[in-house]
Formats: sequence, C-alpha cells, structure tokens
Amino acid sequence: MTGGATRAEYCVVACAEAWRGDGEVLASPMGVVPRIGARLAKLTFAPELLLTDGEAMIVGDDPEVVEGWLPYRAHLALVTGGRRHVMMGASQLDRHGNQNISCVGDWKRPRRQLLGVRGAPVNTLNNPTSYWVPRHSRRVFVDRVDMVCGVGHDRAAAAGPAATRFHQLRCVVTDLAVLDFATPDRTLRVRSLHPGVTAETVREATGFPLDIAGDVPRTRQPSPTELRLIREVIDPEGARDREVPA
Amino acid sequence: MTAEEAVGRIRSGMTVGIGGWGSRRKPMALVRALLRSDVTDLTVVSFGGPDVGLLAAAGKIRRLVAAFATLDSIPLEPHFRAARERGGIELTELDEAMMMWGLTAAVHRLPFLPVRAGLGSDVMTVNPGLRTVRSPYEDGEELVAVPALRLDVALVHLNRADARGNGQCLGPDPYFDDLFCEAAAEAYLSCERVVATAEFADPGGPRTLLVRRHAVTGVIEAPGGAHFTSCAPDYGRDEAFQTAYAKAAADPGAWREFTERFLSGDERRYRAAVAAFGREGA
Repeated sequence: MTGGATRAEYCVVACAEAWRGDGEVLASPMGVVPRIGARLAKLTFAPELLLTDGEAMIVGDDPEVVEGWLPYRAHLALVTGGRRHVMMGASQLDRHGNQNISCVGDWKRPRRQLLGVRGAPVNTLNNPTSYWVPRHSRRVFVDRVDMVCGVGHDRAAAAGPAATRFHQLRCVVTDLAVLDFATPDRTLRVRSLHPGVTAETVREATGFPLDIAGDVPRTRQPSPTELRLIREVIDPEGARDREVPA
Repeated sequence: MTAEEAVGRIRSGMTVGIGGWGSRRKPMALVRALLRSDVTDLTVVSFGGPDVGLLAAAGKIRRLVAAFATLDSIPLEPHFRAARERGGIELTELDEAMMMWGLTAAVHRLPFLPVRAGLGSDVMTVNPGLRTVRSPYEDGEELVAVPALRLDVALVHLNRADARGNGQCLGPDPYFDDLFCEAAAEAYLSCERVVATAEFADPGGPRTLLVRRHAVTGVIEAPGGAHFTSCAPDYGRDEAFQTAYAKAAADPGAWREFTERFLSGDERRYRAAVAAFGREGA
C-alpha cells in the first residue's frame, strides 16, 4: 500500500513529524496539509498533543468531542507561555528563516497587500515555529523578505537576548523537501528530499544558495497505518490533493 | 437607542474601536449607520474584517490600527487591500498580541505594557514611535513597551443585552469585546435581542455575561446586526452574500451597484435587500 503514496501524503507525514516529541503542547497547523498532519501525529505517535477545531474549542481524538475551551486571549497566553508549536505559512521566506505574510513591495504603499503581520511576531519569539510552503518556488524562497513578520535567526540575534530567549525555528516542509536550520550559521539546508525530487530541482526553485549534502536522505515513507488514517479517517474527501496536486 | 443615535455621538477625527474578529460577530449595523453619516477622518482600531473594508471603501478611515484584515473564508479583505495598494489609508501595523496588550493597558489606565512580541520584526521598523523598556529586575530584559490603545468610542455586537447595558455572549469566543468597551470613553453595544435581565440565566448563565453596564453608554437592538459576519449561535456567516461582497469590491462599477442596492438606505432597507438576495440564490 505504501508504494502508492502520493506527494501530498508524504507532505502530510513530514508535517506530522514536525510535532514528534513535543509533549503536551498545542499543535497549531495553518493550511490543509499541516492540519491533516497534526491530526495524524495525534492519532499515532503523539497522542498527548492538543488540537483545536480551528476556532475556540480543544477537541479530542474524535473531533466532535470537546475537551477544552481556548478563546483567543487564552490562546495568546499559551503562545507566550511557550506551550504551542505553530506551523505557519509564508508568502516569502529567506535563508535565515525571516518570514513575510504582510505585503509584497514597499510597505508604505505595497505592490500587493497580503494578510498583515497577524501573530507572526509573537509566535516566533515565544513558541517553537515551523513553516509549510505548498509550492516551493523562487517567489517564496527569496534573498530578502519585504517585511519581517516571523523573525529569523539573524534578526533575533541582532535584537538581543530577550528576542533569542525562547526563539526556536524547527523545520520548513515544502512540496519538494523538508528543510531545517542545522547548519553552523543556522541558515536553511535540506534535511530530506521527497521521492522523485532531485537536489537540482530544489536548488532551481530556491532564490538563494542552498546547502544540500550529496548523501541527503529521502523523506520517510508513510506507513500502511498512516495511509489508512489519512485516506479513510482524517481526509476522506481528499482536500490534501487540492493543496499539493499529484 | 437607535444605531443613528449611537453613531451621532461619533465626531470626525475620533478613535473608534470595533469589536469582533475578522468576519465574526462584527457590529455591522452600527458600521452601516456610520457609513450613512458625514463622519470622516477616523482612526479605527480593529481585529479587522469587512468593518474595515466598508469604512475604507467609503473613505472614512484616516488611520487603521490592526494586525490584519480578513474575511476568514476569503483570506484577503478586498477593500482593505485596495486601499493599501493605492496608498489610501495610513496604517499602524501591530502584532495580534500587541493589540491585546495595548487595549489591556488602556483598560488598566497604564501608559504601556511590556511584551516580547515585535522584537526583531519589522513591526518595530514601520512603527518608528514604538519604544522598548528595560526590566528593572535582575533579568534586565529589554522588551517592547506597547502603548495603551485608548479609544474615544467602542462599537461591539453581542447576542443578548438588557436595556441597562449588560451584554451576553453566547458564541464560542468573546474575542476582545469587553476590552474594547472598557478601553473606550463611550461604548455602544448592539445585540440580536434586548431581554429582561432575568432572562440571562436561561441560555448560559452568569459566565456568559461578558460586558458590564458600567462600561456601556447605549444599547441598540439590532437583529441581524452582525450580518454578513457570523453571530453564533444565532446565525453563521452569510457566505453567499460575503462572496457577492468580495466580488463586487474587486470592480468599481460592480461596487457602485452593490452600494446602491444594499447600502443606500437604512437598516430596514438593508435587511429587505438581503432577503431579496437570499431568495434569488434559493
């Protein structure tokens, strides 16, 4: 059954892996594939994770069962208390992990207004943060982001110890690869390539030089149990395929 | 009081805080009354949704204080986006947590509250007036001093209220509506239904009483007053209408038609036009 796993299903498992070993924290997935991944993690190797219904209710393994109440102000306290691992999107991301979701072009009069900073500044300085990029491209992976919303390693270091104290960037999952910051200068490198993806493809889709080891591993295969849960329990409608087409 | 009477207390140039979050439980009947007034040059503080979009499209906003403006099921608020891209509004772009602590500081009559959020981000660059403050204790941490977000007027919408201004929230999230009311010199509370105080006990009890009357200046009964945003459990978001709104907002001609059809009369005419729109879709 694993032989038939789609790219979207590899991405789901790669996202789920982001929350492995986190303990009793809130998994905050933003995007369809991360949301499926967080539920998969909770139903398999990380049952202790907390998950919401996308609004103010904390739900159990059965998403119809409410086990807690988390309105925005309590959610923000959980962020600043560090008991949360968020996986955010990124309109732009640079090699240091600076993320932009606010606007493209000059902030004073943007070429394209996007969401606004939202909670990216508070998230990145307070709780572990990962990113999900459904389409790995030079438009997203840029040399310099137009507005730093989520704070990267260089900017946190420049801002001083109050900024770095709880700053933790974990990983970046894309439709091509899993990346992390395990380099001496804490810039992005490829941790694993999804099956069928070459190092060259990833380099070409990235707007800055990228460290890819010659013996870089492959992203792990979904297990038969994981595939069954994804296909039959969590996402029977196949929403994952609309975010990451086969 | 009526929505017109409430909005009549707002003067051009004032700072107005608007409750709700995104396209959820926005005081839209009060916003529509504001659209019909001559008031302009406002500073609007909001966890932004179509309230921000409508007021920006009507040229009512000089400055927006916000972390975002979204329609939730449609990620980008189209009028907010257009206003920003044509340089039509000034923006104080703050992080969500900074917004909450700014309102909290105002509630507690403090000049600022210290937060970690913002350090290292361009929120500090685009708001050159933001200052940091050093902890006087042995940690010595340098944190952001979020200034109090004091409001002249707050507008919020809840499920129920009594005539004296006690407000009941029956939905999943109070958002920050109580902070908006307490941070404001005057607060106007619209609700789906005005009830006798004794009726609060039935659908939820005392823990659902979010806003207290000392912080409310006037109560407006406005059934459907959050439309087209959600007001759970009374009603969900009117997705069909929101889609029509977003589509019209993308084109000046279509927007003129939309405003003529839905926003040129009072609230009674708005509700009739929305009902007719609903019948067309059925």
